[in-house]
Amino acid sequence: MLKGGLNLTNRPAYSQLVKDLRSGKFVLTGELEPEKVTSLDEIIISAKAMKPYVVAANVTDNPLAFAYMNSLVPSWVIQKEVGLEAVYQMTIRDRNRLAIVSDVLAASYLGIKNILAISGDHTVLGDNRGALSVYDLDSAQFVYLLHKMIDEGVDLAGNEIHGKVGINVGIAANPNADPLMPEVLKIGRKTKIGADFIQTQTMFDIDKTKTFLKEVEKYNCPVLVGVFPLKSFGIADFFDKNIPGVKVPPELLASMAKAKEEPDKERRSALYDEVNLEFFVPFIKEIRKTTKASGIHIMAVLYERIFGPLLENF
Amino acid sequence: MIITKAKPEEELNEMLKPYEKLFVVGCGTCSTSCMTGGEEQVAEMVKKLGDRAIGSAVVEDPCDLRIARKELKEFKAKVQGADAVLVMSCGAGVQTVGDYSKKIVLPALDTLFIGQTERLGKFHDVCKACGECILDETGGVCPVTRCAKGLLNGPCGGQVKGKCEVGKYENDCAWVLIYDRLKEQGRPELFELFRPPRDNSKKVLTQHHVF
Repeated sequence: MLKGGLNLTNRPAYSQLVKDLRSGKFVLTGELEPEKVTSLDEIIISAKAMKPYVVAANVTDNPLAFAYMNSLVPSWVIQKEVGLEAVYQMTIRDRNRLAIVSDVLAASYLGIKNILAISGDHTVLGDNRGALSVYDLDSAQFVYLLHKMIDEGVDLAGNEIHGKVGINVGIAANPNADPLMPEVLKIGRKTKIGADFIQTQTMFDIDKTKTFLKEVEKYNCPVLVGVFPLKSFGIADFFDKNIPGVKVPPELLASMAKAKEEPDKERRSALYDEVNLEFFVPFIKEIRKTTKASGIHIMAVLYERIFGPLLENF
Repeated sequence: MIITKAKPEEELNEMLKPYEKLFVVGCGTCSTSCMTGGEEQVAEMVKKLGDRAIGSAVVEDPCDLRIARKELKEFKAKVQGADAVLVMSCGAGVQTVGDYSKKIVLPALDTLFIGQTERLGKFHDVCKACGECILDETGGVCPVTRCAKGLLNGPCGGQVKGKCEVGKYENDCAWVLIYDRLKEQGRPELFELFRPPRDNSKKVLTQHHVF
């Protein structure tokens, strides 16, 4: 058992994301979602659109347990083709410790500098519900494996890795968790094992966000607060109904519903943007002004046009 | 106790279709308690099979090779004369009857889990027989079994108000139960332990246990 945690303050900042976080900048990250596709054209367009605003973009790994394109290839492609740093998301739902080591070594070769180590939504919630979930490791043990590979140059069994793994490690947090303390303690444990940064679940509730940030302050690990601008009423409604613990505020949902009534497509889009800006600009300002959050993780998947107006003030 | 449930009628009928003469074996232990393979259920099965049932017996422990051998001895001729033996027990019992008789064995039940009985007919999955028990550290609540992901180091992001996203928020989040139990017991520090990855080779190697 590791009772006291590890001293990892010496792990270098391998990625620009972690360099910026450690420099004290207010950092913005984006999100890209490869789907059930064989082309990366859309991902490249999105990556180009968000690049001026963010230091890095997460590339999701079979989100909601839907079988999509492997996230390593698009992570590499956006770095190579667009020059946008990737946060390669990896779930332990689909990989045992052998597959994780393989993928991390491959990611290392491809120049990936950030991994977000997550457990992943359960397979029974996904689009192949009969699939076996792996969970050979849990997300804390995954962080531990990454620590072994990055800081000690070995795998979990102590086998030596030939070459350097220069990657920073992110973890996910759910400030919406109720009760919150088991979540906070879990985050604390992972920061002691070797997390370089935290990205949170989508937040709409400023009070919950503040409470969480206060609780994890003691772990001294930079936190990027997740926000999800709502491209349409349909997305807002889906979020409200399907994401664990996430409730879209009723007034925001109502404004989105009202915008949906606009028959003209362009005017409707403009109305959606307006509603989002009215909600998220003050939300982000409040976080920046009154909390110790290190930045914002913006999950505006296929809604890149919002980046400019949303972020021009930050 | 090993919890079992009867196979769906249609599936059972399909499985039995090729066989004319069947011998039915029940279980006097777990399947009796589950009301899936006791005297009553064996009698019902025999009645349902009609002429196809050439005999039946409820063995006290059909999963114990010695007991199966001893108790089925008097039915030897019938067992051997049957096209197949329909066993109303868990998978261990089915295999043991097969090992003893060398006959075609057919499972009448699906084996579900090692369970806790809340009341007759209401059972809960509590033990995965993982071979590395940590209940001393987790307040007597097994995360390997009761967490849908089998996580060893706290809850995932899928718990809402202490309920698990898997199963539409009907089941408790094991890690919230563990947190509450450890707190009640004055041992909250155990929640914060880091439990390293399990040695799954141990499980592979305990397929036989000899002492």
